[in-house]
Amino acid sequence: MTVAMTAPAAVHVSHRHDSALKHVTGQAVYIDDMPEPAGTLHAALILSPVAAGRLRALDLAAVSAAPDVVAVLGPADIPGRNDVAAVGQNEPLFAVDQVSYAGQPLALVVARTLDAARHAAERAGIDIEPAEPVLDIETALARQDYVQAPSTLRRGDPEQALKAAPHRLSAAFTVGGQEHFYLEGQIAFALPGEDGDIVVHSSTQHPTEVQHICARLLGCDFNRITAVVRRLGGGFGGKESNASWVAGAAALAAHHTGHPVKLRLPREIDMIATGKRHPFHYRYTVGFDDDGRVLALDAVLAADAGWSLDLTPGVMARALTHADNAYWIPHFCAVGYACRTNKQSNTAFRGFGGPQGVVLMEDAIDRIAHQLGRDPDAVRALNFYGDGQDETPYGQKVEQNHLPRVWAEIRRDAGIERRRAEIAAFNRTSKVLKRGLGLFPLKFGISFNIPHMNQAGALVHVYTDGSIRLNHGGTEMGQGLFIKVAQVVAEVFKVDIGRIRPSATSTAEVPNTSPTAASTGSDLNGWAAYEAASTIRQRMVAFAAEQFGVAASDIEFADGTVRIAKPGSNQVMSFGELARLCYLGRVSLSATGYYRTPRIHWDGAAMRGRPFFYYSFGAAAAEVAIDTLTGESRVLRADLVQDCGASLNPAIDLGQIEGAFVQGQGWFTCEELWWDAKGRLRTAGPSTYKIPGSRDVPPVFNVKLLENAPNREATIFRSKAVGEPPLMLATAVWTALKDAIAATCDHRIAVRLDAPATPEHILAAIAKLKA
Amino acid sequence: MADRISFTLNDRPVELTDVSPMTTLLDWLRERRGLKGTKEGCAEGDCGACTVVLEHADGRREAMNACIALVGQMDGQAIRTVEGLRGKEGGPHPVQLAMAEADATQCGFCTPGFVMSAYAFASGGEHADPHVVHEALAGNLCRCTGYRPIVEAMAKVAGLAPEPVSAAAPRTASAAFDGVFFAPRSLAELVALRAAHPEALLLAGGTDLGLLASRARKPPEAVVHVAHVPELTAVVDGEDELTLGAAVPYAQAIPVLAAAFPAVRSYLGRLGSRQIRTLGTIGGNIGTASPIGDMPPVLLALETRLTLVSRRGTRELPLEDFFLDYRKTALAPDEVIQSLTMPRLWPGEHFFCDKVSKRRDQDISTVAGAYRVRIRDGRIEDARLAFGGMAATPRRARAAEAALLKDGFAAAAEALRRDFQPIDDWRGTAGYRLQVAANLLRRLELRLADPAQPLEVEAL
Repeated sequence: MTVAMTAPAAVHVSHRHDSALKHVTGQAVYIDDMPEPAGTLHAALILSPVAAGRLRALDLAAVSAAPDVVAVLGPADIPGRNDVAAVGQNEPLFAVDQVSYAGQPLALVVARTLDAARHAAERAGIDIEPAEPVLDIETALARQDYVQAPSTLRRGDPEQALKAAPHRLSAAFTVGGQEHFYLEGQIAFALPGEDGDIVVHSSTQHPTEVQHICARLLGCDFNRITAVVRRLGGGFGGKESNASWVAGAAALAAHHTGHPVKLRLPREIDMIATGKRHPFHYRYTVGFDDDGRVLALDAVLAADAGWSLDLTPGVMARALTHADNAYWIPHFCAVGYACRTNKQSNTAFRGFGGPQGVVLMEDAIDRIAHQLGRDPDAVRALNFYGDGQDETPYGQKVEQNHLPRVWAEIRRDAGIERRRAEIAAFNRTSKVLKRGLGLFPLKFGISFNIPHMNQAGALVHVYTDGSIRLNHGGTEMGQGLFIKVAQVVAEVFKVDIGRIRPSATSTAEVPNTSPTAASTGSDLNGWAAYEAASTIRQRMVAFAAEQFGVAASDIEFADGTVRIAKPGSNQVMSFGELARLCYLGRVSLSATGYYRTPRIHWDGAAMRGRPFFYYSFGAAAAEVAIDTLTGESRVLRADLVQDCGASLNPAIDLGQIEGAFVQGQGWFTCEELWWDAKGRLRTAGPSTYKIPGSRDVPPVFNVKLLENAPNREATIFRSKAVGEPPLMLATAVWTALKDAIAATCDHRIAVRLDAPATPEHILAAIAKLKA
Repeated sequence: MADRISFTLNDRPVELTDVSPMTTLLDWLRERRGLKGTKEGCAEGDCGACTVVLEHADGRREAMNACIALVGQMDGQAIRTVEGLRGKEGGPHPVQLAMAEADATQCGFCTPGFVMSAYAFASGGEHADPHVVHEALAGNLCRCTGYRPIVEAMAKVAGLAPEPVSAAAPRTASAAFDGVFFAPRSLAELVALRAAHPEALLLAGGTDLGLLASRARKPPEAVVHVAHVPELTAVVDGEDELTLGAAVPYAQAIPVLAAAFPAVRSYLGRLGSRQIRTLGTIGGNIGTASPIGDMPPVLLALETRLTLVSRRGTRELPLEDFFLDYRKTALAPDEVIQSLTMPRLWPGEHFFCDKVSKRRDQDISTVAGAYRVRIRDGRIEDARLAFGGMAATPRRARAAEAALLKDGFAAAAEALRRDFQPIDDWRGTAGYRLQVAANLLRRLELRLADPAQPLEVEAL
């Protein structure tokens, strides 16, 4: 790989999101905004109203007879395989015989108007012999009903070490799920072409999987399906596997009708049909010494996987490989159970099991500190990975360990010692309101846990006017990937960012891509685009060297120009002029680029290896207040420091950190999913499911990118991934809430606080201390 | 009579033909007018992606939700969408530039709605006080940015130089659209229509009724729109009593109410969002008779009387006799709520109200409580305690009231169990509701003892 020769100008600087002006003027086009060709039809899903049972009959006669209905499609109408599973199998697009959750698709109505389709869908005669649904983790655990075999991450002899430990404690707690609540709901628009070809515009993070699922349903070659994605109105993992079946249904309808078909899920349907973040239940025993040093952990992590496998294997693997979080635990055992319930099939959500992993030790350390009467912050720091204690339970060394640094910075910047004293003083006199402070250190592994997914492609064209078209496999969902990768290309050619035109992600331009997920978007696609651009640049240099009779080293790209240093007379031309000369000289100005992440390997069965190219580090301090009469809470202040390596674009990264933190805060506090006794999700819209609003953002919110911390691994311009890690920094809010609750009993009793910490859960936790 | 819906859209007059008056404004903008900048995020008035701005002849600009407004309601109004914002040179408007420059957009889907809320805020001359900014943004959800840059952009655009509002041509005479959307301009016509069309639903602001069209996709067959009847939009700020027309939108009622009962200011600042308060009315909140409406507990505690009107005449009814059962009221099929009258506080009377919900802003209450107590010589002489979220209807807690007078606050809190048997749902369990209602009486006791002490997390 070549290295830029002059100091970077286009990277490590803040560039605004490339679509910002289109966003604010309403000109950015989302799929529902696209012009509809004449004859466009609209589709609506028929869903199971029952959570579990046998589907005795589905009478669709009244649906077909409804006004303006063009087609009604069920399992029998699928020419290929009725299976939309991402990694497993037997996850039908339309249920056959068995229904497994309330909201499961049974059939699809296609009509001339959206209202006609939605009204017709309500006329289905659904005959289900109901069975008792399994709706919670405990029941599924008792039945040993899992979507995959339990997995164990183990090192040393935890049983013996626990026995020998001077102190032991056991505890249990639960964290809830989380709805993605992307503002743009799931949508796909399928346009049929010749010979059965279909172009599917999909709001997806995984265009290649959309292509595969459509082809699998239609029983056609992959090359007949083109998935196109210009932008998503938010994804957060919710449009990784779930977008594929929505696109598949639209493609099926286009295939049958020969018309363009749009399938847009209304918010309520979206929320009851699609998967969410996995709720987890934890039981653990931890052994430790007099100072609070953790000697052994024996833990059970039980996830609510919902009715099917979906992406649960990856989520569980990440939860287990993050259960250590920042801490050296010599003897370690964590067993993960992926419980089958009659609920939406839980799926990717920013952090992908990581958030559910890192909370475990945070709970344990608070309890250890409480039992020993020590400062929880000190107990945390005491257990950090460090010299000679730097190997994770799965065998990867913790390199470039920034934990001591981020910890010291957050403690200093947030004035922790002073504020702990202030808060204690406040709590001594305040009866109704209590305040609490919580700190959180983070280590998060970057790379897909599945090594083969860590690859990417890009396609770069240079035109003869010097303008550049950029395409890669990553999708733009608001995270600023397009601008970051454009910066990389601008850096290679040393041209103004305005010369680069990012284009819609398409399986026809860059094939066989991985989802834009696991925070890897810019790591993977940045390098792929770098490679493509460098190939072209090298060709241009070689041509110019020959043309002007100079050495390659005499040619310099800078500020949109190309300087050719010749003895006596330097020649300067614009980048576009050289591009035109290259064309005349019959030099190709188009290239693909390819990247695969080095140094990673993983044995999923043994849970051993080096799954992560590198770790990202961070730390947070949060201060909260609670009302002991109502359980209401408020985050008063948050201080964050996040390691972004040498950030490609500090403004974009700042936006990722702040947005992720607030999303994590929502998961820990106000976002509560509620199913009734029959298994119907009753929080299926923003009137009942509450994501944070602007007032919920901490009024004092200090966010810092860790300075002077270029990645020692050869990431693109030494940057680090940023999409997911800062979500976990919100764990500090949960820790702070526990601190505030403990203040109601003068910290005499350790607190169990299940998330989300709604006012009701907080009041219940307080009541338990009084009991 | 073939009236046509006409309004001003982005400074241009529009007259609708071949459009049902029950079409939502959002559907009309997107599907008929081709203006795709305004988005559907939830179709229930909760996310704000559909926010547009109403412009009034007096220069006021108000944000509203296009998803739950019917085009029939827009007749005679002036509306601006994100496409109608322009800067001086024809480029982006300063509000749009401020949002872009603050990095306040990520996925961008919610952005046009935020821009319109910011535009209404900026042109209203309000200060960039954080409390006001959050109130102005409470009706807009963003899942990407974490809001900090949006709040920053709001601070930059506060107090924007006044811009001329686009001219609307308000209708003066009554209108009927498609024979199903009746928009009377006089009380006599209103009660005549009510009698002649008992099947028609009464439409005030439509913030509840609009859901039939937006989310359920089953708009009402017929409506009588009460928003233009002078007797229903009048405010009488009397010496002893305050009378509010049933169709006075919250946005206009709040300053009047807050002047008389200061505690309602922050309480009503949490009712819905600005978008909802632009159209939503107090009469509507009574008429829908939801057990979790925010207004009824307040109005019950304030001893509100309703004036009900029909062709048969008018009658007065204490509000507490109006709610019969879950979503059932004492309103006769030919009657309309004309106005609400509440006595002002007398010396020695104190009024407080509380709302507990999962999120501070724009949430539906798990429990809402309102209390009017009269204290003389340190003794509570009279008390009216009313709660929402505790029963099938908003109700007074009579056992608690009696216990409070007799044995004090602890007894009152205990007596709540005799007043209410609440239900479990997604907003809270019965046990939580009872506990919180009891604890709110404790909060009231503390407040009366020392009004200055901070008793809510928001005060820190």
